[in-house]
Amino acid sequence: MTANQYMFILFALMIIVFSVLTVTTRKILRAATFLLFVLVSTSGLYFMLNYQFLAAIQLSLYAGGIVVLIIFSILLTSHISQKFESPGFKKVIFSALASAAGAILAIVTILDYNFSATTIAAKEVNMNAIGKGFLSVDYDGYVLPFEVISILLLASMIGAIVIAKKGGPAKVQTTTLNKE
Amino acid sequence: MSAGIPVQYFLILATVMFFAGVYGFLTRRNLITILMSVELILNSVNINFLAFNRYLYPHKMEGMFFSIFVIAVAACEAAVAIAIIINIYRRFTTINVEDVNEMKF
Amino acid sequence: MTNFGYTIWIPLLPFLMFLLLGLAGNKLKAKLSGLLGTAGLAVITILSYFTAYKYFFGGENAEEGFQKIQAFNTVWLNLTDKLHIDLGILLDPISVMMLVVITTVSLMVHIYSLGYMKGEKGFERFFAFLSLFSFSMLGLVVATNIFQMYIFWELVGVSSFLLIGFYYTKPSAVRASKKAFIVTRFADLGFLIGILILSFNTKTFDFITLTDPSGPAFSQSTSAAFMGLSVMTWSMIFIFMGGVGKSAMFPFHVWLPDAMEGPTPVSALIHAATMVVAGVYLVARMFPIFSLTAPVALHVVAYVGAFSSLFAAIIACTQTDIKRVLAYSTMSQIGYMMLALGVSGYGGHEGLGYMASMFHLFTHAMFKALLFLGAGAIIHAVHSNDMTDMGGLRKYLPITHMTFLIACLTIAGIPPLSGFFSKDEILAAALHSNKLLFAVEYLVAGLTAFYMFRLYFSIFWGKDTHYHHTPHEAPFTMTIPLMILAVGSIVTGFIPFNELVTSDGKPFESELELMVAIPSVLVALFGIGFAYLLYFKTNGLPDKVAGFFKYGYKWAYNKFYIDEVYIFVTKQVIFRYISTPIAWFDRHVVDATMNLIASTTQNVSFRIRDFQSGQIQKYAFVFITGAVMLAILFIYFLN
Repeated sequence: MTANQYMFILFALMIIVFSVLTVTTRKILRAATFLLFVLVSTSGLYFMLNYQFLAAIQLSLYAGGIVVLIIFSILLTSHISQKFESPGFKKVIFSALASAAGAILAIVTILDYNFSATTIAAKEVNMNAIGKGFLSVDYDGYVLPFEVISILLLASMIGAIVIAKKGGPAKVQTTTLNKE
Repeated sequence: MSAGIPVQYFLILATVMFFAGVYGFLTRRNLITILMSVELILNSVNINFLAFNRYLYPHKMEGMFFSIFVIAVAACEAAVAIAIIINIYRRFTTINVEDVNEMKF
Repeated sequence: MTNFGYTIWIPLLPFLMFLLLGLAGNKLKAKLSGLLGTAGLAVITILSYFTAYKYFFGGENAEEGFQKIQAFNTVWLNLTDKLHIDLGILLDPISVMMLVVITTVSLMVHIYSLGYMKGEKGFERFFAFLSLFSFSMLGLVVATNIFQMYIFWELVGVSSFLLIGFYYTKPSAVRASKKAFIVTRFADLGFLIGILILSFNTKTFDFITLTDPSGPAFSQSTSAAFMGLSVMTWSMIFIFMGGVGKSAMFPFHVWLPDAMEGPTPVSALIHAATMVVAGVYLVARMFPIFSLTAPVALHVVAYVGAFSSLFAAIIACTQTDIKRVLAYSTMSQIGYMMLALGVSGYGGHEGLGYMASMFHLFTHAMFKALLFLGAGAIIHAVHSNDMTDMGGLRKYLPITHMTFLIACLTIAGIPPLSGFFSKDEILAAALHSNKLLFAVEYLVAGLTAFYMFRLYFSIFWGKDTHYHHTPHEAPFTMTIPLMILAVGSIVTGFIPFNELVTSDGKPFESELELMVAIPSVLVALFGIGFAYLLYFKTNGLPDKVAGFFKYGYKWAYNKFYIDEVYIFVTKQVIFRYISTPIAWFDRHVVDATMNLIASTTQNVSFRIRDFQSGQIQKYAFVFITGAVMLAILFIYFLN
């Protein structure tokens, strides 16, 4: 076992454990924290795959941005000490069965498939190549998705503001009660 | 860095993460935790992209670029989703997904 | 041939005007839309007169007679190479003559309506409908093929329906418009069948090919026979059935008197001068076929015409509603035209009846429009249709009085007015072919003079009725058309029709036959004298005469109970024994099946609507399970 194999096992265990905890814990703030651990571990995997730039993005955007956003919204809408009531037994069983079936199917298929390792020399992914790739119109260029994504970001920014701003408590309250 | 680790390991890891997300999506009641499950799903897809890119087509960069775009889309999605969740909270004073069921017959 | 391409605008302009007034009419001022419609019609009137001048006096037709000119033609529905329906403009003596008649009368009616309809609700709608009617009628007369004629034939039916029902808030008008539409539509069914038989046998719709005696249509027509009559005869009888409906001949005449519910200018235009003579025009258009291949059908035409003219004349003597008297008089005069066509031969002097019929059509349009417009002016003045409410009006309505008198004299056939000449030609034609019909026409001539002067004396002379408010003469817009038409009634008799409008296009010699003319004038004078005795001064004579005929009078007064027969047949026979079972079947079998399907769908949907619970996680669960199952299916079972 080499060092990177140990590292992989470490990250993989962290990811698996914390993913499952994220979706099963009954305290919401803990769920967010576990999610953060998962995302950080994932960025570790990216480092292992030699995608340093992406790993940095993963850390700053996912771990730094989205998780913080989620935590803010949790604080806005829930009580920290609040505990969820556990989901219904039937629901858990059926969901677990469906997920397990899907997972087993996927894993069996992956193990069945014979991935042929390539011998082509790897291209070095440095900032220079990434920057040129983003702004190039050639075969390997991504200027169109880049622009589309920028428009999308703008649109969602405006949309988020507009959606969050309007409304207020409805004049006729629905009869559903807050069970929490 | 990835020497000695077969590509299948990455894929299996991503699969587990993905179905953990699916399970969360199906069982969670709080809208924010559902959102977290979705983030897990997106993340697992990213791992797949990058593993394929690194192991099968190391001379290209498509997988990485797609991951970047997925992250960007995920950021948008999170922002809009949280805006919607806050609005729902104002409207119904709850973010329990089972109570937000106005859109039915 | 000179270029007649511009004639396409003659029907097209009223159509554009209809679109303009129909779509934008409520945005325009009422007066402006009336003036627009009138102006459009004035333009095409000028165009029509120009066309007539160019066609008849262009100097190119002198030797070989007037040819049929196809001024414009376009394929409208191209079904197959051989079966296609065209739209076009056909110019020949009768269509050019009809153009002149229609545009003249229509223009007069437009001008008249500016005054008559003033202030009415739906003024611009009225003018839009008038334009639609002008378009359809002009399209009908210039039709290049029988199918185009049929299309426009139905269009005039629709415009007639719309205009009769113009006062659609009045139940009687609604009833009358429905009656007119249904009766003529029923007759048109015969027309359609006739068209199909005819074109199936001749392989063409085109009039020029159809009516060319040396053309392929005649030689190709099969000699197949059905029930002792040739196929051509049957098709002509069916086509004539359409003409019977449109021209209000017996037994499809019942709609015409009721159609008088429409505004009076409409009665003048549609139900006196133009649309109702479409049947005559149809027979004239198909005349070579009638004459050369279907003489039996031509006899039917003659007898139907003669019977209708006598029948209507008798009823007209008993009616008191002035518009109804005029309506029956119209029917009677159209009967004359039909009779003239029926007794006519083809070519040269043999075609006297054909010429006489067209001549009478022309003069009749003038004087009957004049009579109706005059009646409109009278109704306008006294606000009543019933002549028992009138009397002594000559003092109040001098212009109307004079023009009405001219029209009455014209229709009675007093020389030198136009009616005398045209009627004389008809009588002469009848004399040469059938003595019985000739005798009937003499009788009708006398009756015509009698009932027209009964009308005239009771309105303008007779008792001095006391009116609620003094009747006043109509405005200029109404009296000017009256005067123009009066002049038309006087002078049109001098048009040499025998040189212009003949059955084969070639002119022939014709002179006044004194042996026919003098007795007919005497008969007319006798009728006038009888009317003078009865109605010039109020006396008991009319009642005594009515008492003398007793049952005859009662029958005629009730229009020989034809309406009642129709009601009996439709209500007691058709409705009870055919429609009721069909309605039952429709309600209990057809509808029930549909209702069953609908209620089943509804029940099922009530059961399954719980699937849409609003619980997004249920949807997601179903979706993921389905996706996994599909994946298993594709990977392990369909590989």
